[in-house]
Amino acid sequence: MHIPDGFLDLKTSVAADVLSAGALALALRDARRTLSPRRVPLLGLAAAFVFAGQMLNFPVAGGTSGHLVGSVLTAALLGPGAAVIALTAVLVVQCFVFADGGVLALGANVFNMGVVGALVGYALYRTVHRQLGGGLRGAVAAAAFASWVSTVLAAVCCAGMLAVSGTVPWQVAFPAMAGVHMLIGVGEALITALVLVSVGQAHPELLHAPARTGEERTGYRTLMGYGLIAAAGLALFLSPFASKSPDGLDRVAETRGFATSAQHFWAVHTPFAEYVMPGVRSASLATALAGLFGTVVVFFLARWASRLLLPTE
Amino acid sequence: MHAGLLESYQPRRSPVHRLATQTKLVAALALIFCVVSIPKGWDRMGWTVFDGTALLLVMTAARSRLSAAFLLRRLLLLEPFVLGVAALSFWQPHGWTVFWHAVARSTLCLATLVLLAATTPFSEIVRVLRTWRVPALLLTTLTLMDRYLFVLIEETGRMQRARASRTFVVRSRWAVWRTLAETLGELFVRSTERAGRIYAAMCARGWETSEPPVG
Repeated sequence: MHIPDGFLDLKTSVAADVLSAGALALALRDARRTLSPRRVPLLGLAAAFVFAGQMLNFPVAGGTSGHLVGSVLTAALLGPGAAVIALTAVLVVQCFVFADGGVLALGANVFNMGVVGALVGYALYRTVHRQLGGGLRGAVAAAAFASWVSTVLAAVCCAGMLAVSGTVPWQVAFPAMAGVHMLIGVGEALITALVLVSVGQAHPELLHAPARTGEERTGYRTLMGYGLIAAAGLALFLSPFASKSPDGLDRVAETRGFATSAQHFWAVHTPFAEYVMPGVRSASLATALAGLFGTVVVFFLARWASRLLLPTE
Repeated sequence: MHAGLLESYQPRRSPVHRLATQTKLVAALALIFCVVSIPKGWDRMGWTVFDGTALLLVMTAARSRLSAAFLLRRLLLLEPFVLGVAALSFWQPHGWTVFWHAVARSTLCLATLVLLAATTPFSEIVRVLRTWRVPALLLTTLTLMDRYLFVLIEETGRMQRARASRTFVVRSRWAVWRTLAETLGELFVRSTERAGRIYAAMCARGWETSEPPVG
């Protein structure tokens, strides 16, 4: 899900850069206040861990494999602010050392994986964890559920960015990205759950809990800030499609005069110029319904899996 | 991603390598900004800029004494993803125009980044970021990550080798997943322990939270 430069137009890139810079500034201030100096090197090592972990391939089926993204896992292990810093570091190194993900698009990638992945994921994780009554089993179920939701939400946000930029139409980007990531999310949820089980059983003291590590809690105002940034980004990148979908693009095409110039040279050679792809219009609705249904199913699957993985608690 | 493909910085004695990092970084950012800011409507003008950028990149690459095969291989490694996402743009009016525009823009930006990464060590980039007043905590994180990335990758390899030498037959996919997850969990535990040792070593060298470690 690393967006390279060139897929997003300038306004989308810059908007995402500003939002992500804001989230990062909040996270850094938060970390300076609450992170004990003893744990400062852990941020760098956690970033290296996420990168190394992303290189470990899990076999899926038919020779394909998937790997961990690690947003919720990092947040569950280190806390939300530290996770944003570590994931930003991962993305900066991936961009400047491996040309994986763009420079101008860095903000977009930090927003998808850090703000949506780690912050929204962490909020969900904490809420569900508390609802399930705490404990390692609750943590595992909550992390699995939050991983799935945040993976899908990050993919939807990525689709929204591509659509706002006019690169890929929303009716195609949304079902394609959300559909694929509903499957990828299951893998992410399972790996996150398994790793949490393994860490939590052997070293329960390593799971993030401010009271245990002697750190201050993240301030209420910082949490508000995170929430505002996440909400602003989701509103910017997704709301243009919430109301006009699925016919927003048609309307834009008509007002801009694309529709009348449909006999343009390029359009003749476009394989799907007239949306001949069957079901593209209804695909968005179907995907949204599948997402809602999937959320409920994954929630119960996560609880069931956590009982299976931790039979005695 | 294979470990062999990871070495992106290629030390050479060339004018491009000798160029100040700050200049290279600013130039690369300006080039990417310029390419990204060209809107889709600008047909003739846009392609002139793209051609000019491509020419500039080829000339820089030629002076950098890097083999064309190396640069092309790194570019091709990332290109399938670009083409895959760009292919989604066919489902709209003027699909071909949007497709070529997106492919041209992202390929040029990718080539710029590949060239920058191949001629500039990451520690130099961090040093420039420090003069740009990027917060110290982020720089410490970046430096440590850069330093310990390969240590952890090697550690992962060692753990997998150790596991493989103790496992005769892999029974099921589920078993593979469990062992891989346990490897990851163990990697995290070892990372935290290593971070503790690094902290002790940093303190022993007189480190304070306000400044990044000697990089």
